[in-house]
Amino acid sequence: MVASALAQTSPETLARPSAGASLDIDNVSHAFNLDGSTLHVLDHVSFDVKPGEFVALLGPSGCGKSTLLRLIAGLEPPNAGALKVNGQTITGPDPSRVVVFQDPTLYPWRTVWRNVALGPEAQGKLKESRGRVDEAIDLVGLGQFSKAYPHQLSGGMAQRVALARALVNDPSILILDEPLGKLDSLTRLTMQSELVSLWQEKGFTAILVTHDVEEALFLSTRVIIFSNRPARIKADFEVDLPYPRHRGDPRLAELRHRSLAELGLDSTW
Amino acid sequence: MSTLSENTIGQRSGRNGTLLGLAAAGAWALVAATTGLLPDVGDWPETENLAIAGAIIAVLLAASALLQRVSPALGRWLVDKSPWLIAIALFLSVWQLASAKLGWLPQPFFPPPQGIIEVFTYDYAELGISLVASAQLLIVGFIYGGVVGFIGGVALGWSQLAAYWIHPILRFVGPLPSTALLPIIFFAFPSSYSASIFLVALAVAFPMTVLTWSGIASVNPAYYDVARTLGASPLALVLKVAIPASLPYVFVGLFMALGAAFSSLMVAELLGVKAGLGFFIQWSQGWGSYNSVFTAVLVLALLCSFSITALFKIRGRVLSWQKGLVKW
Repeated sequence: MVASALAQTSPETLARPSAGASLDIDNVSHAFNLDGSTLHVLDHVSFDVKPGEFVALLGPSGCGKSTLLRLIAGLEPPNAGALKVNGQTITGPDPSRVVVFQDPTLYPWRTVWRNVALGPEAQGKLKESRGRVDEAIDLVGLGQFSKAYPHQLSGGMAQRVALARALVNDPSILILDEPLGKLDSLTRLTMQSELVSLWQEKGFTAILVTHDVEEALFLSTRVIIFSNRPARIKADFEVDLPYPRHRGDPRLAELRHRSLAELGLDSTW
Repeated sequence: MSTLSENTIGQRSGRNGTLLGLAAAGAWALVAATTGLLPDVGDWPETENLAIAGAIIAVLLAASALLQRVSPALGRWLVDKSPWLIAIALFLSVWQLASAKLGWLPQPFFPPPQGIIEVFTYDYAELGISLVASAQLLIVGFIYGGVVGFIGGVALGWSQLAAYWIHPILRFVGPLPSTALLPIIFFAFPSSYSASIFLVALAVAFPMTVLTWSGIASVNPAYYDVARTLGASPLALVLKVAIPASLPYVFVGLFMALGAAFSSLMVAELLGVKAGLGFFIQWSQGWGSYNSVFTAVLVLALLCSFSITALFKIRGRVLSWQKGLVKW
């Protein structure tokens, strides 16, 4: 249903004129205060993301990946270090860096259309963006549901609306915080392919946090594996496979073995 | 099969409709008989009219009971309404006997139904003026108190500075029954009208503030994160996220505030203002006109019930996106 014509492109030809931004994460550390004691979640994390890359962040749960995403989104400032988009330091949230959370977090009092329209509305350019809102809803295949309220949607549909709500802003970086984590496994597989197609069509830089090793390898051009809290980078490798990928590909299995080993699960192979 | 069972159901409800309709007609004939055939203990000019009205209703019900075979809609109406029509008729008959006919209830404190009708026919102008005066006090006071409470609640939930100043005042003044301030209010304000408005508004503001504040405080923080990444300014976060998300609480606040408004409205009218249903009740009691007292209470009940119904209708509109709303 989504831009499948573009799905034949290989990673080499993906070095196309890209709408994505570069992201430099430079020596970032972050900690929380919990009842007086300090909880270190990120420890001198550094990596650079090239424009248009699809980077998956893997790591044990609670290791601080989601915190890193909040820092990239600009929802919180880091305790130490700097995050830069296209060379400019991130100082706050911006519609060019939109987050899709694990929960769709749709506004229950707004229809699908008005949920998607919130970005343009908040930026005061709803009038000229009406067509874009319709397009974004059509892009995720929910054109018939634009007047529905969130409580009338299934989990997968709600997450598609959340995706449309992000894409309508034409983000240069799309931040995905376990966006498919709560979906049933079939919807999840379908939406993985849809995400790849959207990314190929739009050319944004994608940062995905997931717990699913297979999902990370199926979607991304690069995987970064974090240690236990406080998170340090343990491994950082390219997924050198063309799209569309095939789940049975032996190279994927190989990379999966390597990832699980890095996550301390070698004995399960 | 299905048409057969529909037919049986249709016939059964038809038979029920006839029986229920005739029973209702009988009950209203009883109203007519108790009212018209027995002599009154006191002097009630509307007795004959009430008896005639009861008889007319009885005839109409009997006619409907016979005609309902022709009109299924009429049959359904009879099946649905007859139990209440019978109950009302029996209540009126017992009331009639206990008050005007046998004098079981001490007279003139408990007037018969025709006593109420008498007030509606002779005193309707006075009653109408009182109703308008009460409704005006209620609406104006409710709007002032509601707006202040809403703004106060949003400020409390949103701004730490506002919370620093408003919260202690709210905790100190809020729980005080507004009626306790009555003597002060009536000499502090230039007119008894403005004093009453203030009294109603004060009673409304407290529940509105607390509930709006709770609503704002319980908004899912992720709603703000999403709106912020989409480019929402702090003002947009309040107007487009915090307020709509807290509306279910706001309506609970409005509902409680309306109850508080009725109470303080009555206190204001019984003690200060020289207009309104509360004043009418007080004044009628002074003249020993107890049928006027009962009538004014009846009108007051209608006013309160209508206000609550209107509030629930608005709530149903505004919160149509919510599942499982209570129907009023």
